[in-house]
Parts: sequence; structure tokens; C-alpha cells
Amino acid sequence: MKIITDYFKSLVLIELLKGLMLTGKYLFKKNVTVQYPEEKTPISPRFRGLHALRRYPNGEERCIACKLCEAVCPALAITIESEQREDGSRRTKRYDIDLTKCIFCGYCEESCPVDSIVETHIFEYHGEERSDLYMTKDKLLAVGDRYEKDIAANRAADAKFR
Amino acid sequence: MAEIRNYTINFGPQHPAAHGVLRLVLELDGETIERADPHIGLLHRATEKLAESKPYNQSIPYMDRLDYVSMMCNEHGYVLALEKLLGITPPKRAQYLRVMFDEITRIMNHLMWLGAHALDIGAMTVFFYAFREREDLFDIYEAVSGARMHAAYYRPGGVYRDLPDTMPQYQASKWRTEAEIGKLNSIRQGSLLDFIEHFADRFPACIDEYETLLTDNRIWKQRTVDIGVVSPERALQLGFTGPMLRGSGVEWDLRRKQPYAVYDHLHFDIPVGVNGDCYDRYLVRMEELRQSQRIIKQCIKWLRKNPGPVILDDHKLTPPHREQMKGDMEGLIHHFKLFTEGYTLPEGEVYTAVEHPKGEFGIYLVSDGTNKPYRLKIRAPGFVHLSALDEMSRGHMLADVVAILGTQDIVFGEVDR
Repeated sequence: MKIITDYFKSLVLIELLKGLMLTGKYLFKKNVTVQYPEEKTPISPRFRGLHALRRYPNGEERCIACKLCEAVCPALAITIESEQREDGSRRTKRYDIDLTKCIFCGYCEESCPVDSIVETHIFEYHGEERSDLYMTKDKLLAVGDRYEKDIAANRAADAKFR
Repeated sequence: MAEIRNYTINFGPQHPAAHGVLRLVLELDGETIERADPHIGLLHRATEKLAESKPYNQSIPYMDRLDYVSMMCNEHGYVLALEKLLGITPPKRAQYLRVMFDEITRIMNHLMWLGAHALDIGAMTVFFYAFREREDLFDIYEAVSGARMHAAYYRPGGVYRDLPDTMPQYQASKWRTEAEIGKLNSIRQGSLLDFIEHFADRFPACIDEYETLLTDNRIWKQRTVDIGVVSPERALQLGFTGPMLRGSGVEWDLRRKQPYAVYDHLHFDIPVGVNGDCYDRYLVRMEELRQSQRIIKQCIKWLRKNPGPVILDDHKLTPPHREQMKGDMEGLIHHFKLFTEGYTLPEGEVYTAVEHPKGEFGIYLVSDGTNKPYRLKIRAPGFVHLSALDEMSRGHMLADVVAILGTQDIVFGEVDR
């Protein structure tokens, strides 16, 4: 009996029709495509994207050139040179991140004792040449100034887990 | 009579079905494979050597990049090795989190495998459906670790952070109405755990969809049944592990045979094949998807009831909380010590293995008592499977090489390391 039913099933292409029915059903469903860039997928506050250097509310840069991020960076993407400023505080003279080396592991942010270097929610950036992806201190501070509100909100949202 | 000779062709490294950068030199007799010679090394990044020059924790992000479709499982293998040599056990909650994410990773890996395998053989739709589900899994990864793929989430002594209480939401856009956005966000109202549970509830129906498209399909069967048959004895001799071995009918699963984390507390079945062909391995992996969903459900149930620490409180190994680091001198010292020098492992050697979606992923670590490994050897399942490609494809047609590559679930990140 089974042979006959199997033969019949095979003859009428039942399994192919079932598959076609499934795909046909999706013809009438709303598609799940996200229309980037007008529409974006949600981004978690923990997202690790483009780096930024932050400032304190009074405008003073946070980084104290402790070089923890430089030490912890697995890809050796961070280069720091420090100096003593005239007011006696220790600051960076040079703070570079080579984004072409960076592996976005988030260890720099994890290690920073003053919440200065952060990985922001920004993932859309580009460089027209290689040097554009070499982030200098000025560039990093500019990113931080521009997105400070979002950066602070994301840190606050995740503060209790860290 | 014309001179008859074998024909040699290059398959890859830029072949869409070569799964990355595989270069195969195929010796053909007509369309029959006489010899398949894989040339590997095009994605060699010296992970093992790099690890020798870094403190232990800094190699975790590199583990993600070994088998780049099952990231957290690689990390698990590595942190288990560190924990074994340190002689520490992470908190229960961390172990459950790890198991849950291992299984999420397994689903991710198998979905990628299923999509790519089906696409190689000629079924395109499954690829789209599989990637639709993978997108949710990426969201889970991102919500917990901050990266969609390379998570760097596991740490020796636990995991980095606990699960977040909220999920990010879709924002209004001109492409969707208020009601549509509301519908998209409806599953994102609760915590991440709710989101995962929703996924786990929905997922069996998705597997049914893939199976409707493939399992009985005559073209699928023609392309996979009796292709690349490996007998159980031969599979063991070749060093197969994971679904490749189970597809041949050997019931071997490290989650059962050498339980790590909390696998011995969980209920799941180990599917095995009968014939050892591509079709059986397909069936085994499909069943593994269902079993992974079962494990995830059990983990969610446990995690809901048992809040607690997710990482050890030993600040010689794990950094203190930021509050503590900022307010307490000792915390700050520990923080600085850990992020510069790291920690040292006692002298000795250790081998740990996890049941990676592709097979046995092993880490052999030799420590000389410093803060860096003296030697790190990675046992990648894909490497062993690829070495059997010649034997599996000999005598088959050219098009079957693609099916065999697909069934082996080759990923070059781990083969070349």
C-alpha cells in the first residue's frame, strides 16, 4: 500500500507543490526588509562602533594619558604620547587610533578609568583614503563633542551592568 | 583515437561555492573527480602565534575570529582552558548564560550552514528564510555584548555583563506606519530574556518551513542522498567529530560524553544518522536545531528564577565594577594591574574541548607561569573534515564536490587559523 501512495505522491509532485505553497504564501506577506538608510535596525546601548574621546561638562578633556587602553589593545591600534601641561596636569599630546587595525573588541572602553575613550553607536563612517581612517585626537574629540548626548545616555543605560 | 588524459582544474579561491578562500585542485576524468587536493592557508592570520605575545584576556577577541560563524563557542573553548588551569569555576548563572549563548550560536551556525549549503545546491529561498532568523540572533548578540558578530563576551570566571533589561526599539520612519512600528516593537517590550524566549517559541515553526522546502524535495534528495558516504569506522579513523561523525551513526557528543558548564543538568537528545551521506548529515543538523531550541528554553527558565553574579568576585582575575574601581583605591589598583599585566596562570599544560557546532573545538594551552601563553594550539574541527574531502569526493561528479563542501560546513577562519 505504501508503495502505491508513495508512487502517487511522487507522480503529482506533492512535495514540490508544498514548497511552492510555502513560498507563495510569502508573496502576500509584508516583507521584512529594512529600508536602510531611511529606516534602521535598533541599536543596543552596548553597541561598539566608532571611537570617541569625551570631555567633562566644563569642557576639559577626560583623558589623563594613563595609557591603559594602549596597553590593553589586542590589535595595538592605539598610540599615545603624553606631556605635562602648564597647569601641571597630565594630558595626551597625541592620541591616535588606527581604525584599520582596530578589531572593535571594546577593551579600551572597558579599561578607561575616566570614561574618556568610548565606542559609540556610530557605524556609518567612511574614509576616502587610508589616512581618513587614522583617527587623531582632534578627530576623536570632535566625534565625542558631536554625539556627547547619545554617548552619555547609552553609558547611563548600561551603567548598572558594568 | 584521441589521446585521453585527466583534466586538472582550479576550484576557487574566488569561487562562490568555495566557502571563503578554499582553493581546490581537482583532477577530473570527464566530469568524475579523480583527486581533490585542497590548498589551504589563504586566510592564515597566525592566531596561535599572536596569542603568545598577549596577556590571556586579550586573545579572547581573536577567538571570535577563528570560526567566524560560531563566535561564542570558540570563546567558550578558550576560557574553559584558562579556567581549568586556574582551577576556578564560574558562578552557576554564568554557566547557564554560556550554555544558552552556545546554543544560540549553534543555531546561528547551522542556519548559516543550511542557507549556504542549500544555495550551493541550488535552493535559494531557504537562504533568505534562514537569514531572516539569523537577524534576530544577531540582535540578541548585539544586545548582550555590543557586537553583532565578534562578541568578546566570555571571560575567565564568567561572562562580561548580565543580560540587559530592555531591548532597543525600532524608530519611526517614512517607510512604515505607526501601527507597523508598534508591531515590530511588540516583541521588544520586555527584557532580552523575553526576546530570546519569543524567538525560541517561534523557531520550531521556522525549522518546519525549511524542512518543507528541503527534506522531501526530490532535487534536494537527488543532490544529497548517497553523496559523500562515510562509514562509522572510517569516520572515527579520519578523526571526524560533531555532526559529521553523528551523521555516520556514531553517537558522540562532548556535551554528553564530557559535560562542561551545565550540560549535565539539561535534557536534550543527540540525533544520529544511519547512512553517513550528505542527506543524513542534513537531517542530523536539522534535529540539532530543534534540540538547541529545547536547551535554550530550559536555560531561560533557570535564568529567570536565579538572578545572581555572572562573574567571579576575585579581583585578581576579574576587574572590579566601575563604581568600585572609581571609589576605592584597592579596586583601582586591581583594575590597572589587570588591564596592563593581566594575571598569571600556574605552570602546566591543559587541553579542553567543547562541542562546537562543527565538531570538537579544542584548546591546548601550555603555560610557563607568566601572563602569556607559552604555546596555544587550536584544534579546529574544520581542518580535520577538510582533510577528508579527497576521500569523500573521489568518484563523485564535479557538482557533488560543492555538496560535500557544504555538508562539511567548512569555514576558513578556523581551518587556516
